[in-house]
Amino acid sequence: MKETIQFKLNDESVRLEVDGERMLLWVLRTDLGLTGPKYGCGEGFCGSCTVLVNNEAVRSCQYPVKNVKGKDVITVEGLAKGGILHPIQQAFVKHEAMQCGFCTSGMILEAYSLLRKNPRPSIKDIIDGMEDHLCRCGSHTRVVGAIQTASDEMKGAVKR
Amino acid sequence: MSDQKYPVGPLAEVGAPLILGRRGFLKLMGGGIFIFFSAGDELFLQEPARSQAGRPGLPTDFNAFLRIGEDGRVTLFTGKIEMGQGPMTALPLMLAEELEVTPDMVDIILGDTDLCPYDMGTFGSQTIRSFGPALRSAAAEARIVLLELASEKLNLPPERLQAKDGVIFDKSHPQTRVTYAQLAQGKTIERHAAQKPALKTPAEFKVMGKPAARRDARDKVTGKAQYAGDIRLPGMLYGKILRPPAHGSKLKNLDTSAAETVSGVQVIRDGDMIAVLHEYPDAAEAALAKIKADYDLPEAVLNDTNIFDHLSKVAPPGRAVAQGGNLDEGAKMAAFTIERSYLNSYVAHATIETHTALVEFKDNKATVWASTQAPFRVKDEVAQALGIPAQNVHVIMPFVGAGFGGKTRNTQAVQAARLAKIAGKPVQVAWSRADEFFYDTFRPAAVVNIKSGVSNSGQIVFWDYEVLWAGERSSQQFYSIPHHRTVVRGEWGGGRGGGESGHPFDVGAWRAPASNTNTFARESHIDIMAAKAGIDPLEFRLMNLNDERMKRILKAAAGKFGWTAAKAPSRRGFGLACADYLGTYLATMAEVEVNKETGAVQVKRVVCAQDMGVAVNPDGATLQIEGCITMGLGYALTEEVHFRGREVKDLNFDTYQLPRFSWLPKIDTVLVNSPEVPISGGGEPPIITMGAVVANAIFDATGVRLLQLPMTPERVKEGLKRG
Repeated sequence: MKETIQFKLNDESVRLEVDGERMLLWVLRTDLGLTGPKYGCGEGFCGSCTVLVNNEAVRSCQYPVKNVKGKDVITVEGLAKGGILHPIQQAFVKHEAMQCGFCTSGMILEAYSLLRKNPRPSIKDIIDGMEDHLCRCGSHTRVVGAIQTASDEMKGAVKR
Repeated sequence: MSDQKYPVGPLAEVGAPLILGRRGFLKLMGGGIFIFFSAGDELFLQEPARSQAGRPGLPTDFNAFLRIGEDGRVTLFTGKIEMGQGPMTALPLMLAEELEVTPDMVDIILGDTDLCPYDMGTFGSQTIRSFGPALRSAAAEARIVLLELASEKLNLPPERLQAKDGVIFDKSHPQTRVTYAQLAQGKTIERHAAQKPALKTPAEFKVMGKPAARRDARDKVTGKAQYAGDIRLPGMLYGKILRPPAHGSKLKNLDTSAAETVSGVQVIRDGDMIAVLHEYPDAAEAALAKIKADYDLPEAVLNDTNIFDHLSKVAPPGRAVAQGGNLDEGAKMAAFTIERSYLNSYVAHATIETHTALVEFKDNKATVWASTQAPFRVKDEVAQALGIPAQNVHVIMPFVGAGFGGKTRNTQAVQAARLAKIAGKPVQVAWSRADEFFYDTFRPAAVVNIKSGVSNSGQIVFWDYEVLWAGERSSQQFYSIPHHRTVVRGEWGGGRGGGESGHPFDVGAWRAPASNTNTFARESHIDIMAAKAGIDPLEFRLMNLNDERMKRILKAAAGKFGWTAAKAPSRRGFGLACADYLGTYLATMAEVEVNKETGAVQVKRVVCAQDMGVAVNPDGATLQIEGCITMGLGYALTEEVHFRGREVKDLNFDTYQLPRFSWLPKIDTVLVNSPEVPISGGGEPPIITMGAVVANAIFDATGVRLLQLPMTPERVKEGLKRG
């Protein structure tokens, strides 16, 4: 059933008339044209659809859009400010923490959520935090390195 | 995909029915200096006649070209594609090196079937190995043309001139100079790189062999990089296709009435294809789930346990791909013989991006955006499906979310094309994860039988090797063995699914086809002989090798790893394996820890030493090595497609386990250069040693020899129980 859903998306107000049971991933990708979040498995196993809802990483393929009412949604498109990459993005570039890049936006947003909760993570903290993100190309080592670098660069202050 | 905004307007017309002649083509490209060249062996070059016919006016004897524009920018047009393995970054380096420009002056257009000449596809580590030398020759040829033009313009003999960073100057008066842009202005010159100009030696390299940043990194961290599923067209629909429960199923009853109640849905039945279309992909998925279909399933005869006996029984006749000496003579020299069979399972490509394509069909012309490793194959297949000439199909390449051989099959593009024709609107087909597992062309399950003997002095005296179903690549051993034979029965490319073949479903190329299985078997067997002979496995290999390059790479790995001689099992959990993959030499060493309660194996560190002649982009090569090692842990430890009859049981990542962050070993890579040998590829080699290196390390840790991949906790526990 269609309902009115208002929320903030990458700092801009959005008002939608949609069936609230639809998954956020498809609303973002189809209705709102933000294709940064990717479909990888559709069941929450791979993490490539990850976005931030109130700064918390969620699997948008499993997240009904009605749950974002009044909340703040960030996709990878909303992370850079005025053409300046977020330190996590910069670190992913520096470490070349991607190959095909399909899992990258989910990885970056999970890292954001992780660093917000734990600005100075140990390697083990990073591995635990990223464990449920799959990368087929095997960029894992680089991703861990990038998150460490981002943590150093941000000096404990995670903000966009 | 391309890394620049190319003027799409006029160029798009190149894709119009190609009435444009050669001259028209050059004119459209906007003038400048063009060098046409071809690369690769015959197989990779030959364009099927039907595609050729679609490109009148375009020369037929090249498969790439580069252009020096009137603005001085250099553009490389090639049918290769970027799927993460890095040609977008590495190829411009090779071009820049020989042309004497800086890499940032080079743009690259990849895989667009209207802009780029025919290319068979991106696979087999061909891009750097076969395409690279041709590209460098072409760039060197372009430099010679520019020097000739400069000589004319500056009125100086060519030998007085030098090219550097896109400028040609008088060696004795550097202020007497002319830029490439100035030389290209107002000219349309075309040359064919037929002769072979002298290429730089590695000692002269200024660009190649130096680290270079990925060109696609920024787009990939901002979400700007577009994949096939990210392309949107006005009025487009999303197609979802009904998947039978098993291969070879026959539809008995179909009831689409519930699906048809979904508002805005269109249910299509076209031959064997039952599909739904909707303007929202999730609504299409929901409608598909409402279709009721009953099938007759083929009798379930095979499963993941009995498959190996079956494959042994039905293997095609053998073909000796290498032999020397006399096996009977060898057997007489042996102090002991070892006979073993090695088993390897079906594995999935499991790229995170599923097969996806968008097709727009209008005015008898089709435009296709597809996740594929072979855009020109898509062009032909879509043309055939639509019943239009190949020249009417334009394939545009977005980024590809990895391939590993799986995206050489393009069923999804044909499905999208058929649906677009029926619907009269653009249709995007993106396979679900379950579709992806079900329709995947798995790496074939395989059996390797080896019988060998060792003399009293530790020399391998005979080697009798037979590989069933995996294929030939890497089957030929490189040790110094007087009496040997290698027999190949069945190829990975020849085993389509169905009753007539050995496999219950389709199989195909999987990253380094055949080599993962052959290397697992060979290097495991070498270790078994070393252990039986009571000789350290590194020492045993060095004793049995004459190939100095292989010895050197083993020693390089040993140095980095800190290998010390010990007879296995030493209980240290150390393993090694080495290989020659199409000219790339590598040696891998690993340390593992085995949990004897659970059977779980943790690979703690891996050292990989690789000699690919010269690493064109050492950063890229290192990234590929790390990726291969991490990906390779999957087929070594967990990845195995479970099936019953022709029904695929693993349909998502809950049961099909990919490597995860917690598996990560500490990875060290060593790049060794051999400037005297041709440059070879790096996208595949380091994955092939992963099965054996882990198996050998497990043996060293526990004394248990595992002969079947993957080495799951259950199989390790079973092995420990057997003792």
